[in-house]
Amino acid sequence: MKAVVSVIGRDMVGILAKVSTVCAEANTNVIEVSQSVMQDLFAMVMIIDIAQINCQLETLQARLQERLEGMTIHVMHEDIFNSMHRI
Amino acid sequence: MINTNDILETIRMIQDENLDVRTTTMGISLLDCADADIDKACEKVYEKIVRKAGNLVAVGESIEKKYGIPIVNKRVSVTPIAMLAGISGGDPVKYARTLDKAARTIGINFIGGYSALTQKGFSAGDEALIASIPQALSETELVCASVNIGSTKAGINMDAVRTMGSIVRRTAELTSDRQCIGAAKLVIFCNAPEDNPFMAGAFHGPGEPDCVINVGVSGPGVVRAALAKMDDTADLSAVSDMIKRTAFKVTRMGQLVGTEASKALGVPFGIVDLSLAPTPAVGDSVAYILEEIGLEQCGACGTTAALAMLNDAVKKGGLMASSNVGGLSGAFIPVTEDAGMIAAARSGALSIEKLEAMTAVCSVGLDMIVIPGDTPADVISGIIADEAAIGMINSKTTAVRVIPAIGAAEGEELDFGGLLGTGPVLHVNTKSPAKMMQRGGRIPAPVQSLKN
Repeated sequence: MKAVVSVIGRDMVGILAKVSTVCAEANTNVIEVSQSVMQDLFAMVMIIDIAQINCQLETLQARLQERLEGMTIHVMHEDIFNSMHRI
Repeated sequence: MINTNDILETIRMIQDENLDVRTTTMGISLLDCADADIDKACEKVYEKIVRKAGNLVAVGESIEKKYGIPIVNKRVSVTPIAMLAGISGGDPVKYARTLDKAARTIGINFIGGYSALTQKGFSAGDEALIASIPQALSETELVCASVNIGSTKAGINMDAVRTMGSIVRRTAELTSDRQCIGAAKLVIFCNAPEDNPFMAGAFHGPGEPDCVINVGVSGPGVVRAALAKMDDTADLSAVSDMIKRTAFKVTRMGQLVGTEASKALGVPFGIVDLSLAPTPAVGDSVAYILEEIGLEQCGACGTTAALAMLNDAVKKGGLMASSNVGGLSGAFIPVTEDAGMIAAARSGALSIEKLEAMTAVCSVGLDMIVIPGDTPADVISGIIADEAAIGMINSKTTAVRVIPAIGAAEGEELDFGGLLGTGPVLHVNTKSPAKMMQRGGRIPAPVQSLKN
């Protein structure tokens, strides 16, 4: 089981580090990261393995939001993307 | 691996374009709650609804959190109450109070099924239920009523049409201190679907299983945003293809939510209703899609053609995305619930006659239209008869949900708040159809060949 973490907002130092730390604390394994910075807009999509996760996805999202104030953060189960974009 | 662009597209649809699952509706059969004693029947009804749907809201919320998709409404539809009233006799309003109480206990925002199926005539319970609708809707808050008065197979029951004209008026009168809200919870159908998850017309048909989960998707904002990104010179086949592709994605999401909800609740999954259901939120409007296609304002000449294409493309795109499609499926045009329709009605671009033409090609009918408070009951019956005739002849569902604005005239407005929105009083032709209505009887079922 995987989930997708997306983070969008103003670029600053340490976003990736903070996200990875929170994910590690939740016992999720980072599988793939794709990030880009255009002008000063930061956009990151991270895919994590949630087979051994120790909290709810909403809790993970709340913790991320707490550490990264002002950024738009979504944590969503991968099935939503698979069902919308794959036949 | 999932493509980053696909991920960002989904997130944008939810965050910026109002993509949501409009409703997960649990259909519950109350046939096993029938009892010759009305008080016992009400007890059984309450117990069954709370037992079956007690978890509906919690399950809906957990799915919202897992997938990050808003599920706007959690609702329940039940067996047409006229059937239970026919067995028990007594005052049907008792059932309405029971439904309202059950809905509050489980935390849903509407319960549908205070209904009667009278397309060919009245059976025991039907007349008593219909007569009680104004009182039931004024005394309860969450109960929705509907009456089917015609079908392609049965013709139109004009006695029911005549009665419903005055029932609509009376319902508005009894709630005139609350923006006539009662009439916004009453739908008169021709060819009513038995598995519709959308209110106010949802009921659980007698041919349905004991308990079932139906899902209604939405997404006018997503379709409009997809069209806005297209080149203005793209031809209409390309526009139609874009609508299909978007409807496909939206419906896949509905299918996923329905499957999950059915698993979590241990209830079979019924259908996905592929509808474009607008809300008063700016950007979540069917009228804006029509304007994006190329109309100066909704209601302009060309509106019916644009709507026909939109409705058809939504169905084509959605059909392959879901294993079972049903309900109303298509584009809704509820005037007060759609920011673009409200604007068009205010500016005079949209008349009730144009809306009637639009209903011949869209998925429902004259929906959430505010009419002058002094409109006679016979004229409302005439509106119902015209709309039912369109449905009967074209083998499609049509419906009427008009709100007589008691005490208000053309130019004034009613404001229901929330998803029901706000709207100006539209002009209605008040030449009288009284003689035709007094004739009563039935309009016979139409011929099914010689389609010209």
